[in-house]
Amino acid sequence: MDIAKIRNFSIIAHIDHGKSTLSDRILEITKAVDTREMRSQYLDSMDLERERGITIKAQNVRVEWKGHTLHLIDTPGHVDFGYEVSRSLAACEGVVLVVDAAQGIEAQTLANCYLALENDLEIVAVLNKIDLPAADPERYAGEIEQVLGIPRDQILRISAKTGVGVDELLDAVCERIPAPVGDPDAPLQALIFDSQFDQYRGVVSSIRVMNGKMTSGSRLKFMQTGALHEIIEIGARRPATTPLSDLGPGEVGYLIAGIKDVAEARSGETVTTANHGATEPLPGYRDPKPMVFCGLYPIDGDDFENLRESLQKLKLNDASITYEPESSGALGFGFRCGFLGLLHMEIVKERLEREFNLALIATAPSVEYRVHRTNGEMELVDNPADLPMPQAIDYIEEPYFRVSIITPKEYTGTLMELCQSRRGDMVKLEYLSPERVELHYKIPLAEVVVDFFDQMKSRTQGYASLDYELHGYERSNLVKVDLLLNSIPADAFSTIVHRDKAFAYGSRMCEKLKELIPRQMFDVPIQAAIGGKVIARETVKAKRKDVLAKCYGGDITRKRKLLEKQKEGKKKMKSIGRVEVPGDVFISALKLDD
Amino acid sequence: MREAFGVYVHIPFCARRCDYCSFATWTDRHHLQRDYLDALHRDIGRSVDRPATTVFVGGGTPTLVDPDGLAAVIRSIPVVDGAEVTVECNPDDVTVEMLATYRAAGVNRVSVGVQSMVPQVLASLGRWHQPDNVERAVEAIRAVGMPTWNLDLIYGGAGETLADWERTLRRSVALQPPHVSAYALTVEAGTPLAAQPDRHPDDDDQADKYELADDVLTAAGLANYEVSNWARPGHESRHNRLYWLQADYLGFGAAAHSHRTGRRWWNVRTPDRYIAAVAAGESTEAAGETLDDDTRRIEGLQLALRMREGVPADAFDPADLDRLDGLVEVRDGRALLTRRGRLLANEVSMHLR
Repeated sequence: MDIAKIRNFSIIAHIDHGKSTLSDRILEITKAVDTREMRSQYLDSMDLERERGITIKAQNVRVEWKGHTLHLIDTPGHVDFGYEVSRSLAACEGVVLVVDAAQGIEAQTLANCYLALENDLEIVAVLNKIDLPAADPERYAGEIEQVLGIPRDQILRISAKTGVGVDELLDAVCERIPAPVGDPDAPLQALIFDSQFDQYRGVVSSIRVMNGKMTSGSRLKFMQTGALHEIIEIGARRPATTPLSDLGPGEVGYLIAGIKDVAEARSGETVTTANHGATEPLPGYRDPKPMVFCGLYPIDGDDFENLRESLQKLKLNDASITYEPESSGALGFGFRCGFLGLLHMEIVKERLEREFNLALIATAPSVEYRVHRTNGEMELVDNPADLPMPQAIDYIEEPYFRVSIITPKEYTGTLMELCQSRRGDMVKLEYLSPERVELHYKIPLAEVVVDFFDQMKSRTQGYASLDYELHGYERSNLVKVDLLLNSIPADAFSTIVHRDKAFAYGSRMCEKLKELIPRQMFDVPIQAAIGGKVIARETVKAKRKDVLAKCYGGDITRKRKLLEKQKEGKKKMKSIGRVEVPGDVFISALKLDD
Repeated sequence: MREAFGVYVHIPFCARRCDYCSFATWTDRHHLQRDYLDALHRDIGRSVDRPATTVFVGGGTPTLVDPDGLAAVIRSIPVVDGAEVTVECNPDDVTVEMLATYRAAGVNRVSVGVQSMVPQVLASLGRWHQPDNVERAVEAIRAVGMPTWNLDLIYGGAGETLADWERTLRRSVALQPPHVSAYALTVEAGTPLAAQPDRHPDDDDQADKYELADDVLTAAGLANYEVSNWARPGHESRHNRLYWLQADYLGFGAAAHSHRTGRRWWNVRTPDRYIAAVAAGESTEAAGETLDDDTRRIEGLQLALRMREGVPADAFDPADLDRLDGLVEVRDGRALLTRRGRLLANEVSMHLR
């Protein structure tokens, strides 16, 4: 293939700004997919992705346009998946920035654009949804010009929905994005930027050849893991997988090499030939690092092994999940799991429940603390139950995020208040345009993971957007707040919080749990305690009435169904001591914040 | 003794609709009454193949339709000697003549829809009769020598104080009824009440009122024999027991339910469609269900648990019986609900096996 005719690009867009619709339209216009077969949002194949309207796993597809071969490389569309975005971008020479012409650019999009600029990628900017009555392309073109320095006359106006301007966009991709550069005679260097597990074919990796040539049937070396694998199949997605005999520099395609676990073919891995291979891997590899941890416990203790197997299966497709067995006095046997962020955590819990038919209870999410003992040793603690006794602790450090929020200026006050209430320190405030502000804060991760995103959205009618990255660890005055249900410590629900907030946290959790724990057959005291000292208390009063008043001819069927439903509901409850607790009680309690 | 077999007749007409009511009843179809009674007559004639041990005419408001027409329908139902035949009555409608007509047709029990004896509580339930009408209706009942009768009460609506409820109970027992049904007001989907959350009853308030009812009625010689029913010995409703014992019954009229050995079905919902189906000689069934043996068995236990006789003790795991201490007590090999247990019968039912 003529490398000069290849164009590799990603689409960068905020959720709902139309990336999936544009991808669909490109597949249609380039005739890669028959209009009749067109399934809306072709690239988002997972049910959950379609439901939530976000892309979790990157896909890539090869299409032809006026003598050029275009590789459209999809990027994950949520802030939890930032590293995967950077790997996808590493496979491109350019990006198409899609901005909703009625809403303007959002923080995460901007962060991804900066990432693209750092990687010297060409940005083709488009304003989408120009067919909307609320569209204001002039205004947002001005904003893009100011923020990213892209001249406004180069910004295309399209409607991915109706197809207007999409042909011109493809022309612009061919004209403006440079062809890849690579040496066909050099040793093979190919970048893996995504891997997915297929039940029948094993791991299918998305790859971009940088230098050299990958030839079907040859043996490969995976430079990070050091493992050797034989190629079973290489090819391109059009979007159906199409086997090819070789892939040269600049080409994007897929690789199947009999690998059973995506952890052995992670994003960022460099692949070379087993013999006379490259000596240096491509730069930029990093282990995806879990940021948020929680315990997942089966509601039915007999499901422990099922949960283990289900986690194993999920991990085949999502190397960023970590899990290890743990046990809790309150919840029995379960797993300590690590996630990229809170959304990732919710998605994994939901997938386990939906795809593997498990009923689970999640403990309060936690971050990873550095605990410095009085004897000078440091240990990492991601489970509050593992925190040493206070007298053994010299000090604790917690992870901080650098957070950037882009918002219409009228919400600046309420957002500053939110950040301050989350122990944030303002780094700077900039005006992107007369109407829009970017706030930079340094905030403890523990304060961000809980419901920061939801709060930010509700305080700004959804107009603010967020991006974040790890800043580092800093020393904090932290204590462990324990919860007692019916006077029994529920170890799994202990949380580490800042000392100044411990009392408020304890009171609020008791109040929320009082609302969320259904009335039982007896009074249930709920207490919050620090080091054995009770700081807050509520009582769920015993249930006194639960009976159908009438039960005659027409009521009998209804009564039976009611009781069946009530019984089903009980199966979703976890018994902690004698108290039955809904499986999502902690996530709900934290979400009902403020 | 003959195997119990019940006949239920539904009269789907009311002068006005109470705003908590979800029954099949209409206030704007009185012109159908004549045809409806004729349809009942024909439907009963073609369907009842053995004499009933109990008959119950409910609604709606049976006393709203022509007493002679209703009497004719009742007469058309074959019954065994000593059958219990009940008609539900609105105290506003009851007269000595009306009851005499019923009586002559074989009616030997009436159930009076009292709901409350406190005018503002009645108003808050969307009902308008005057409490004095209840006393007048009871006089008429005595005048015609009705062998047994019931007062239907409802408690726990918003705006009813505990003192209001006590007044209703006191005025009711002063009439020396042989039977009282006291129902906690229940919010049914689709009713005007359902749309007004601030008027929804409170479980704890209803529990207090239930306990008060049990105290007052028990002291008046009425013993609780089912969650919501109290009677002097020998005056328990045989028709209602038949439902709870999963006996066979046939229902006639709009939306009436029937049951025969594990199969249940129910009629079309509107009087118009009922009349049309009978006229066309077609089935009046709208839908039905057949219970498998295990579902039927468990349902039987759930129903029996609500009654004074309870269920065999082995219907519970012994460990569960320990856990249900205070709600269930075992006597002579039977597991019986305590008063607290009656209020939590659904919860206890979960443990039946």
